[in-house]
Amino acid sequence: MPVTNLVSFTIPRVEVMDPAGTVDAALMPDLTPEQIRELYATMVTTRKLDDRMLKLQRQGRIGTFARVLGQEAAHIGATYALAKEDWLVPAFRETGSFLLRGIPPEKLLQYWGGDERGHDFPAGSRMLPISVPVGTHMLHAVGIGWAMKHNKERAVVLTIFGDGATSEGDFHEAMNFAAVFQAPVIFLCQNNQWAISVPYERQTAAATVAQKAVAYGMPGIQVDGNDIFAVYRVTKEAVERARNGEGPTLIEAHTYRMSDHTTSDDARRYRTAEELAFWQERDPLERLARYMRAAGMLDETAEAAVAAEAEAKVAGWVEAFEAKPPSEPEEIFRHVFAEPTPALVAQQEELLSSLNAADEGR
Amino acid sequence: MANLNLVEAVREALRQEMEHDPKVIVLGEDVGRNGGVFRVTEGLFQQFGPDRVVDTPLAESGIVGMAIGMAIAGYRPVAEIQFSGFVYPAYDQLVSHASRMRNRSRGGYTVPMVVRMPYGGGIRALEHHSESMEAVFVHVPGLKVVIPSDPYDAKGLLTAAIRDPDPVIFCEPDRIYRAVRMEVPEESYTLPLGEAKVVREGFDLTLISWGAHVRTAKQAADHLAEEGVYDVEVIDVRTLSPFDINTVAASVVKTGRAVVVQEAPRTGGFASEIATQLMERAILQLEAPVGRVTGFDTIPPLGRLEDYYHPDVRGVMRQIRATMEF
Ligand SMILES: Cc1ncc(C[n+]2csc(CCOP(=O)(O)OP(=O)(O)O)c2C)c(N)n1
Ligand SMILES: [Mg+2]
Repeated sequence: MPVTNLVSFTIPRVEVMDPAGTVDAALMPDLTPEQIRELYATMVTTRKLDDRMLKLQRQGRIGTFARVLGQEAAHIGATYALAKEDWLVPAFRETGSFLLRGIPPEKLLQYWGGDERGHDFPAGSRMLPISVPVGTHMLHAVGIGWAMKHNKERAVVLTIFGDGATSEGDFHEAMNFAAVFQAPVIFLCQNNQWAISVPYERQTAAATVAQKAVAYGMPGIQVDGNDIFAVYRVTKEAVERARNGEGPTLIEAHTYRMSDHTTSDDARRYRTAEELAFWQERDPLERLARYMRAAGMLDETAEAAVAAEAEAKVAGWVEAFEAKPPSEPEEIFRHVFAEPTPALVAQQEELLSSLNAADEGR
Repeated sequence: MANLNLVEAVREALRQEMEHDPKVIVLGEDVGRNGGVFRVTEGLFQQFGPDRVVDTPLAESGIVGMAIGMAIAGYRPVAEIQFSGFVYPAYDQLVSHASRMRNRSRGGYTVPMVVRMPYGGGIRALEHHSESMEAVFVHVPGLKVVIPSDPYDAKGLLTAAIRDPDPVIFCEPDRIYRAVRMEVPEESYTLPLGEAKVVREGFDLTLISWGAHVRTAKQAADHLAEEGVYDVEVIDVRTLSPFDINTVAASVVKTGRAVVVQEAPRTGGFASEIATQLMERAILQLEAPVGRVTGFDTIPPLGRLEDYYHPDVRGVMRQIRATMEF
């Protein structure tokens, strides 16, 4: 009997704009100059916020957090492809997505500042809170997607995670469930090539993350994750497919974490300065700026104006964050259940009376 | 003697066991080149190489499941879970396999494995980095559970855990990783798993704790002694499973009163087990109900409210007074 080949596959990689900012007109997504300016402003603002958060952390005004430096195009480009009624199920490295989803950014500062009230998002945000256990949240996107489909809503779900997350079993279960149920889910892997100190090659022996889609029966595409046009284009197509009932897609945004893993990490311990320099030359923000300058959409005055506006916004958010009244101890007992149990009521009472006793010096 | 903190003591135990037994393998996320996020395994990768200090993909079930297989095949894996809050993907492997392989194979296959994890709160960390969930391991027959409270114990207990023929969960209170230094023997030594330690003698009340709160307990006892009110005996449980009820009960028979300090949520915690066993062993000597100072039955709060959640010296003193005045 002859051996037959059952499956063979290729994985497309989409690039629209090269590091010099030159675009392939045939692949350029349908974006108005206004939209391109909005994307640029969002990236600038995200970077300024990220920088400012680093300073706040160093000054002890917020706690440990995960920076997004270098990954602005990947998560902002993908989030921009969503409509208001769509859902976002993030990990923890998606600061720009907060801006696009209309979450007041002072909330993000409050959350990273160690105050859980920062996760109390405006009603109807359709964005889940930050999820710290790596690789476990994508199943929730599948469940939400299933519900949207069952409701006959045309909303889709974007879930974002890292390359490290693809090693967790839950990632594989989520991919499988999404494909089996044809859930309208877009899996966006921000492959920044590192999971703390573990490089991509140690995470998987597969040449791409995108090809993992093949095994589950869904399309898998790699995009240049530092090219916001490519990320937007590919995500938008996946969103449309999902909206039309054509099921899930896995997108690998090939990018780079230009910062330390978090503010507690020191990446110099495990990667070279040369590698970082290589990627700094491929900075996603500078790349978009180059395109816009050449297209006559950005001159020095406009650049300065965007920067100034971003600075002002960030300053306002920091002010709003610092003006928030401190959390009260009762907050610990709120939202454990819809109704506090008798034990919780008693324990809260116990805490408050011990604090009173302490005030009275007992 | 060497003057070590808890991180260094754990590292010394790992290094000496790796030197002593070529079958000892360290594996986990970021344990190799990076030396672990708390730097516990720093230098081991350089000394022993990538085949014995193994950076794994990011998958706790993978780490523990593979360690089980390595142990079955004759190795002594010491797996690191980056924070105890991320062990749950591996809980299935621990409960369904590590704890029962010996039993299932009627002694034919065994799992001499250690799973180390930073544990507990007090470092203003992110969500999932502050939990004290030791009870979920203690409740699993076939797992041993060790929680050291100082560098000396950490080294001796970890060495014993690595040499132990059965799976051991080794919880390292990260709050005290660098809080204290003490003289620790340079040579290798073991401390028995299953022996509590009286860390302060006293006659009025027995104060029982483990991990980071042994310090809290000692401080409370010292305050009360300075004030000249009560003379409190403090016991460090050290290994929750197997639990040394004999030492604890002997103390309570002497003092007639007991208070347990645990950081974990109150309901279903190990303090409840201690109270029950004391009731069984010393009901006639107990002059008051066994008191508890615990975390609340809530999600541990993020940094801003963390101090309200954890047992503190003042709260322990208050409970001691209440138990004494009962
Ligand atoms: C289940 C789990 N294990 C370990 C960790 C600790 N941890 C936090 S982020 C991280 C690396 C994540 O890598 P990746 O998925 O690539 O995302 P990136 O940080 O690069 O954005 C690790 C190991 C965690 N948060 N959750
Ligand atoms: Mg990564």
